[in-house]
Amino acid sequence: MSSLLKIENLHVSVGETEILKGVNLELRQGEVHALMGPNGSGKSTLAYALVGHPKYEITKGSISIDGKDIIELDPAERARLGMFLAFQYPVTIPGVKVADFLRHAVSNVRNPDRKEGEELMPMRDYRKELRSTMQELNIDAEFARRYLNDGFSGGEKKRMEILQLAMLKPKFAILDETDSGLDSDAVRVVSEGLKKLSGPHMGVLIITHHERLLEYNIPQYTHVMLAGRIVETGDAELANELHNNGYAGVRERHPEAAAEEEAAKEEPATV
Amino acid sequence: MATTEALNTEVPENVNAEVSIGEYQFGFHDPTDEYPFMSQKGLNREIVAQISEMKGEPGWMRDFRLKSFEIFESKPTPEWGGDLSGMDFQDIFYYVKASDRQEKSWDDVPDDIRKTYDRLGIPEAEKKYLAGVKAQYESEVVYGSLREDLAAQGVLFTDTDSALKDHPELFKEYFGTIIPPSDNKFAALNSAVWSGGSFIYVPPGVNIDFPLQAYFRINTENMGQFERTLIIVDEGANIHYVEGCTAPTYSSDSLHSAVVEIAVKREGRCRYTTIQNWSNNVYNLVTKRAMVYADGLMEWIDGNLGSKLTMKYPAIYLMEPGARGETLSIAFASEGQHQDAGAKMVHCAPNTSSRIVSKSISKDGGRSSYRGLAKVQKGATNCKSNVVCDALILDPESRSDTYPYIEVEEDDVAMEHEASVSKIAEEQLLYLMSRGLTEVEASAMIVTGFIEPLVKELPMEYAVEMNRLIELQMEGSVG
Ligand SMILES: Nc1ncnc2c1ncn2[C@@H]1O[C@H](COP(=O)(O)OP(=O)(O)OP(=O)(O)O)[C@@H](O)[C@H]1O
Ligand SMILES: [Mg+2]
Repeated sequence: MSSLLKIENLHVSVGETEILKGVNLELRQGEVHALMGPNGSGKSTLAYALVGHPKYEITKGSISIDGKDIIELDPAERARLGMFLAFQYPVTIPGVKVADFLRHAVSNVRNPDRKEGEELMPMRDYRKELRSTMQELNIDAEFARRYLNDGFSGGEKKRMEILQLAMLKPKFAILDETDSGLDSDAVRVVSEGLKKLSGPHMGVLIITHHERLLEYNIPQYTHVMLAGRIVETGDAELANELHNNGYAGVRERHPEAAAEEEAAKEEPATV
Repeated sequence: MATTEALNTEVPENVNAEVSIGEYQFGFHDPTDEYPFMSQKGLNREIVAQISEMKGEPGWMRDFRLKSFEIFESKPTPEWGGDLSGMDFQDIFYYVKASDRQEKSWDDVPDDIRKTYDRLGIPEAEKKYLAGVKAQYESEVVYGSLREDLAAQGVLFTDTDSALKDHPELFKEYFGTIIPPSDNKFAALNSAVWSGGSFIYVPPGVNIDFPLQAYFRINTENMGQFERTLIIVDEGANIHYVEGCTAPTYSSDSLHSAVVEIAVKREGRCRYTTIQNWSNNVYNLVTKRAMVYADGLMEWIDGNLGSKLTMKYPAIYLMEPGARGETLSIAFASEGQHQDAGAKMVHCAPNTSSRIVSKSISKDGGRSSYRGLAKVQKGATNCKSNVVCDALILDPESRSDTYPYIEVEEDDVAMEHEASVSKIAEEQLLYLMSRGLTEVEASAMIVTGFIEPLVKELPMEYAVEMNRLIELQMEGSVG
């Protein structure tokens, strides 16, 4: 049976400011969903709340995987249950080599019962797999020895996210603007890569402002977020319409949310 | 957290079981009832004279000690740096002898002591990658070795007491000249009650390929350890000296106050690595200074992980043109710890250069300070000095301060100073954890990465040791 990630009436605050105001969404393994919405509407906030960023406080509602509430779980435990976020702004970790970090990550995620200090995935198998995965994604093998995202270009960081996705093979992958900042060759590599990786065992939530990624990975559902709520859900056609015409139509159809969006702009979030 | 009683059990075999992972690993102790000698607690002229007498020293050393004791008494306890108000000088044993003689074979070292060093891994390291070892237990060196080929080339590696007896002229030429007793209160204290430490002489042109290591162990409660180290690197010679130190965990305080004097002659090189891992009840107040002559190089690699309070600022005096100095310092302050560490570089001659790289980590309410001086004296033209300090603060309870002092009496110098403080990085933690790393693994990885630029300067064995100790410190913090 395929797993289900269920988000119900989710409210999320940063400091005093409520950013998500009741989000509902169901993502099943094997499905592709697109999440769109204007800048500042709360897409990344949803992504952070899903992986358990401590700054994003869930004040109401639930997130569950196959009926098990995961709100109390820390990000590592969620990762071991199959959650993955390709970050919009991947973090730099000086002095930590990509290969070392990823070997730890893979060992934990593939063997969720692994305790600290226990054996890591055998070096030879790991190396082999890492090398071939990097090859497939057109990433120079030299990156494995570099410090994580240290001095990487914007596009290189995004590709590093996809490499991690490929190695960790999550059940639920959230891609937060993984296609932005990439040159057009890289967008193709990433799009094709994702297409290969997804399939029946991965549910994908693609947050994007662009078309290419969705052309390769056609969403069954497109959700539109406005002022912290999902105001519309449609199919791939909706994504096309938004690309062509922008969000004016959405705001017209949802004047209340549009008004909230305006109001939020006037008093910027205080943290 | 394991209770103090659990840590103080007299049955060392059980200790590891009692100590949860991440607790201080070396907090066990041995029985002391069979010791040949322990001075009375506290310090006065009589005890100073008694130490000298027991050691059978010449009159000049006795006088030197007594004079130093006067200086010690006349100097106020420093009020800067760390908090020394809890330090009771009368509640310390100033001289403790655990064994009557120094051995050349581990088999001859008294059982308890030998077992302790076994647990610390010293004999094993000696076999694998050391050119010589000195093991100091309490006040005296109980074991010493030096590779035969080095001895044949004229390298001297003895405890400092033996050097006074066996090499009196060389000894007198340098002893107390680089750090006089009047330098500071703790240098005076050491000069009064010093015992043990390493004495090394490397003859001209001799290159010692593997490190010489000294290992300092305090065992008794309220112990004061005052080793005195003197290293002379003659022209074109090269040495890497390493010191490690641990102590049992006690509820009352111990004192470690060493003096280390080093002379690096023309084109000589000396690297001095410290992995200081005292238990959290040790005041560690150490004076270290090297004088470097023409085209020589001195490097301090100073890792401070343990102790209650460390005040230590290894100094390099660049005495002649072309001399270079480098200090790489790592300080890790956890709960109840204050690492007040840093470096001093004094450019006394033209065309000299120095570099200080300091990395500090504070967590669980620990406090680390960088305190450094870069000084260029009049006439020392065309000098270069570069200081970089980074601090990593792992939680809001912890603290880090930077006190950089720069004194320049010449115009023609290039001084660079950079300081950065990063709060840990909530975002870094989240990022690693979202990939399945536990909080402990993630923060250990961030910290290991943070000090990587320094650790990679160490020989492999010490790099591994340093990373392992850091990981242990990190494991202690969460859960
Ligand atoms: N850590 C934070 N501190 C303060 N405000 C925040 C924080 N995170 C999000 N916000 C605010 O919440 C709102 C939603 O931000 P979010 O990043 O989720 O938007 P987004 O939909 O991902 O936008 P974009 O398309 O620009 O990436 C914004 O107003 C933003 O300023
Ligand atoms: Mg965003």
